[in-house]
Amino acid sequence: MNIPILEMKNITKEFPGVTALDNVGFCVAKNEIHCLVGENGAGKSTLMKVLSGVYPYGDYSGDIIFEGEVQKFKGISDSEKAGIAIIYQELALIPEMSVYENIFLGHEVAHNYVVDWNETIKLANDMLKKVRLDVNPAVKVKDLGVGKQQLVEIAKALSKDVKLLILDEPTAALNEDDSENLLNLLRELKQQGVTCIMISHKLKEVIKIADTVTVLRDGQTICTLDAKDGISENELIKPMVGRSIENIYPHRDRRQPGDEVLSVKNWNAYDPALGRTILKNVNFTLRQGEIVGFAGLMGSGRTELALSIFGNPAGYKIDGEMVVNGEAVNFTHPGHAIKAGVAYVTEDRKRDGLILIQDVKQNITLANLREIAHRGVVNIHEEVNVANEYRTSLNIKTPSVEQLVSNLSGGNQQKVSLGKWLFVKPDILILDEPTRGIDVGAKYEIYTIMNDLVQQGMSIIMISSELPEILGMSDRVYIVSSGRISGELPIEEATQEKIMQLATN
Amino acid sequence: MASFITDMKKVLRQNIREYGMYIALLVIMAIFTIMTDGVFLSSRNISNLMNQTGYIAVLAVGMTLVIVIRHIDLSVGFLAGFLGAVAAILLVNLKLPVFAAISMVLALGVLAGMLTAFLVAQMKIPSFVASLAGWLIYRGALQLVTASTGTIIIPNDSFNAIGNGFIPDFPEMAFLPGVHKVTLLLGLIVVVLFIFNEINDRRKKQAYDFEVLTTEIFVLKLIFISALIGYITWVLAGYRGLSWTVVVVLIVMVIYNYVTTKMVLGRHIYAIGGNPEAAELSGISVKKLTYVVFGSMGMLSALSGILFTARLQSATTTAGTLFEMDAIAAAYVGGVSAAGGVGKVIGSIIGALVMTSLTSGMNLMGIDISFQYIVRGAVLAAAVIFDVITRNRAK
Repeated sequence: MNIPILEMKNITKEFPGVTALDNVGFCVAKNEIHCLVGENGAGKSTLMKVLSGVYPYGDYSGDIIFEGEVQKFKGISDSEKAGIAIIYQELALIPEMSVYENIFLGHEVAHNYVVDWNETIKLANDMLKKVRLDVNPAVKVKDLGVGKQQLVEIAKALSKDVKLLILDEPTAALNEDDSENLLNLLRELKQQGVTCIMISHKLKEVIKIADTVTVLRDGQTICTLDAKDGISENELIKPMVGRSIENIYPHRDRRQPGDEVLSVKNWNAYDPALGRTILKNVNFTLRQGEIVGFAGLMGSGRTELALSIFGNPAGYKIDGEMVVNGEAVNFTHPGHAIKAGVAYVTEDRKRDGLILIQDVKQNITLANLREIAHRGVVNIHEEVNVANEYRTSLNIKTPSVEQLVSNLSGGNQQKVSLGKWLFVKPDILILDEPTRGIDVGAKYEIYTIMNDLVQQGMSIIMISSELPEILGMSDRVYIVSSGRISGELPIEEATQEKIMQLATN
Repeated sequence: MASFITDMKKVLRQNIREYGMYIALLVIMAIFTIMTDGVFLSSRNISNLMNQTGYIAVLAVGMTLVIVIRHIDLSVGFLAGFLGAVAAILLVNLKLPVFAAISMVLALGVLAGMLTAFLVAQMKIPSFVASLAGWLIYRGALQLVTASTGTIIIPNDSFNAIGNGFIPDFPEMAFLPGVHKVTLLLGLIVVVLFIFNEINDRRKKQAYDFEVLTTEIFVLKLIFISALIGYITWVLAGYRGLSWTVVVVLIVMVIYNYVTTKMVLGRHIYAIGGNPEAAELSGISVKKLTYVVFGSMGMLSALSGILFTARLQSATTTAGTLFEMDAIAAAYVGGVSAAGGVGKVIGSIIGALVMTSLTSGMNLMGIDISFQYIVRGAVLAAAVIFDVITRNRAK
């Protein structure tokens, strides 16, 4: 191995209640392409945020040694000065600005605070040549495709004299040609002396391009593998998922599932905001008393699928058939889905699940206020009773149901969110990442509640990025990849490796 | 006693945001009373002050809901002016009965509000822009309908009474001469209802083991607010009693307060303000409620126009100028949050009262109009700074 350009030693980073990085070691040699792999939540993005100064020095413990010197980055601008550039999955370009303006945004070519636009355009052209992007630099970024936008981001990084380029899932939103193009560019940059760290879920790409691979799991470095002479997919998947799943999941007597309660046929959705098709020919069924797992990577289209069947609040153009409890339905608003007995517990409880500035009881009753209202007037007593019922049955830890939801812990917020949707008394419950960001104890409680619910006859769709959770809780698993159902596995046949393969394919 | 003081401090600290406004109002009133040798608190002045607040207060009530759902409506001032002129035309030129004219104008107000809502909810135009367009259009419309006649004088006593008249009294009797007895009686009824309601509410909360005020502080609160209502009633009764304007504002306040705090509709409105995505996913139609909120704003604009026109007994070419700014200021002073989801109807009415008190008090002191604007601007800024600081501390 050559001299390391970057060494991260004993990095520990804690969030309230969670240790995101636990004594992580990470070493990147000069002039290599180093891939960082791991499941969602393994700590890859957190590690890169530590490196780039998003979490400033002092927020974490451990040392960052870059080019032989211990670095104490206080912000992104510090790490950029040192020659580290990071490109996120969500591109940080300004759509309404031209390519050249974007490339030099934040480090404009200026004399005495006056921008020299001619010089800017000339330099921008040089940068675009380097990334082999043949566009007029005066074009607005919003008029470029995602693949080209990605290249503009890289050109922007190069214009800052980058030594270490970090790419967070650069190909997630790209088609095959664009992906291939990008990988070739990374190889060329390597020749020119730029070291790359690439986070990716697409193992085939990793195998193709990596010199070295580091695997993270549960906030720890599992291993660093030499991939110059090729590496197999299995060699990568094993350390990524290897974890025992006994006793994390409460036991449930699996019964023969009942009648079909939901079926979706030839389901396609087009997102006008993104300008592309996000769901392609999706078919699936849900039977009464089942927990069906929807596995897949982030961004594979699982949440979009859930939203599209739950009244389509995002306004996709939908084509396909859906049958709920034996009746063909066409929901045009979440309210219709709720009336038909479908509930959806959102992925991000803070963003679109709860009303943080309101209290526990108001959140629990929100989706079904009419149940406790008489002629439009809310019966406050009834409301308190209902809230207390769920507080007891879901074991929500709060001093009273008048406590603001923002004051509760993540696990308890998730239980409030669950309580809110149980109060609409659904037949079909869609849970989107039901245990994200909550501790192991609260997870166990949520799993127990899910088991109780299906015993009582409810049917559950569980979207999850955590494979052990999928395997531990589901009766059947669908795997979603790039807006398609790429496979269906009965639980007896499902393994983490098989799911990973289908999800990354 | 010591525990009482600690309790009191705790209650004040916890509710400083809510009580801050009332304290501010009392401080402002006290200052003006001292500076004007008591003229400010005279029956006549208080009565006047309340009538002046009326047409801004109803706008502030509507604006509260608009801001709660994270929008703004700039068109309400000239809409009020324009609809006031329409009312005058209906009464004077078309000789419609008062009841019919008022109903028609209120309906037109709802329609105008719905139009703004169409632009905002359906066409997704930012409410600032949509209502700025309305501001221009209604301003033009007002000038158009008053162009040929100029100011339209309304010779209709029952209409004008809405802005100038007072509720009737019992026939003169020996008991308490010169005091408006119906007003006193109403004040007494309100105090009794208030105390009854508070005690009932406290009992229910105790039954649920919720935190309630300690008995001493609770009694103190009851005495304080009862005394305040009693005093205001007494002051008003000493002049000509309760005015019809105040009656209208009180009715609006009671209805809107009930709808916002007790009804499903109100809860849905606050849910939208708190988190529109979560509300939509909870089955609440954000679009539909945007129509409701702007429709109500339009109706209250019409009501404001009626109150103002009746008060002047005429429709003028500039009626409604800057009403929208006064209403928005009143709402912010009254504790409405620009981030949405927070704000009480009663708070905004108090806010309107604070702003009019400033004008009235400074007028009595003979302060130059330029300084009046500066002082009111400073008070608005201070109120919002106070709100932001106390909210951050609460976190």
